[in-house]
Amino acid sequence: MDKEMRIVGFLCNWCSYGGADTAGVGRFLQPTDLRIIRLPCSGRIDPLFVLKTLIGGADGVLVSGCHPRDCHYSEGNYYARRRLEVLKRFLPVIGIDQGRFEYTWVSASEGQRWQHVVTTFTNQIHALGPIQRIGKDAQARACAFGRTLEVDIPA
Amino acid sequence: MPVLDELKAQIARRLPELDMVIGWGHGYDSLHRTPLFIENEADIDKLVFDPLCVHNLATYLTRHGNAKKIGVVVKGCDSRSVVELLQEKLVSRDNVVIFGLPCEGVADLGKVKRALTDLGLDIGRVRETATGGGKLTLTVSGKEVVLPMSEVMADKCGRCRYHNAVLHDEFAGTPVEGQAKDAYADVASFESQTLEERMEFWREQMERCVRCYACRNACPLCVCRDYCIAQSRDPGWVSQRDGLEEKFFFQMIHAMHLAGRCTECGECERACPVDIPLLLLKRKLGKEIKDLFDYSAGTELEIKPPLLAFKVEEDNINERGW
Repeated sequence: MDKEMRIVGFLCNWCSYGGADTAGVGRFLQPTDLRIIRLPCSGRIDPLFVLKTLIGGADGVLVSGCHPRDCHYSEGNYYARRRLEVLKRFLPVIGIDQGRFEYTWVSASEGQRWQHVVTTFTNQIHALGPIQRIGKDAQARACAFGRTLEVDIPA
Repeated sequence: MPVLDELKAQIARRLPELDMVIGWGHGYDSLHRTPLFIENEADIDKLVFDPLCVHNLATYLTRHGNAKKIGVVVKGCDSRSVVELLQEKLVSRDNVVIFGLPCEGVADLGKVKRALTDLGLDIGRVRETATGGGKLTLTVSGKEVVLPMSEVMADKCGRCRYHNAVLHDEFAGTPVEGQAKDAYADVASFESQTLEERMEFWREQMERCVRCYACRNACPLCVCRDYCIAQSRDPGWVSQRDGLEEKFFFQMIHAMHLAGRCTECGECERACPVDIPLLLLKRKLGKEIKDLFDYSAGTELEIKPPLLAFKVEEDNINERGW
């Protein structure tokens, strides 16, 4: 596989983080691109976490929580589901591929499913390539703009 | 009786029970209107209503605490903001009196400016302005210019589905008939571009942003005021840098905090001093919310906004099976 990419995972403490642990204990082979951030619940995830991560330069973001009806706090993932679906559909308008963000449900016992999710998502991100950043070439553009104003810009 | 006289009579009748009525008054020149805060009867005569009354006065409703009883003058679109505020219990129904108006569309001063520039005229030199008959008649540098309203009307008015206040305690004038269809054609045409083109578009637009927060301040549903997370150091969502990431991320904050709440009144875009088409981001969210939850913000008082609720089995969300 080509160069490792930057993928951030937001996982709920009770199911998906446990699932990832199960996958590790079971010594399932997984790609190493994912960095995991553990949260108390998928309901804790502000869509802005994901946007900040993507705008900050991550190539992909994966969110995983308990299966619906299994939330440790009864209903956190129901709220999360609505927010994350809205977020996913919002991404194309700002020029970010929908495929760079996925959310899914993995329980603590589903080590193999976790392996499958991580592998699929990592392959998906590798297929998409590095993310385009809005701040790219910002300085060069500012200088070009400055020149149109005939302002002296030190080289 | 003309709409304005009827409105003045209604305000005069209700004013004794109110601390303040918010309407529109004359601004610094004949083209501009400005919010007018009526606290006594003498001020009622300063009231104006015409297609230049662009402001969404619902913005000022949340700035006076919960103790005051306030009257607010609203067009159809503005009334949706009031309804959304009531839905979210940000304003108490007992403390607001809604003076509803019919509206056939307001002018977009940006379009007026461009139309005048095309004629070689300066918008700053407009001396007299008259509205009516579907026209905007301006006296600029001694010349009379007639602009058809259809050309200088705000984009949102062309697709307006709520010409009349959706909720009101008093209603002046006769309701405007008709309801345009809004198929979100603008969003669809923007999204016909590639992802790279879209990003490049925002790059060009956001480069002009000066982070003045006018968009936020004009927004009727941005109610955090001094507690806006964009200006807090802890958590530090947005740094003090003036990079594109910061500017763009601020717009993400604004858009996401309005998801499922935004009534698409367009105040953010109107208030923007550098004409960044901010409404596009909110329209995109509005479209998706409509598709997912069949919900239009601020149209029905009793419904809970979709992101404050859930269904165990969602109708339109595909469980992300892997």
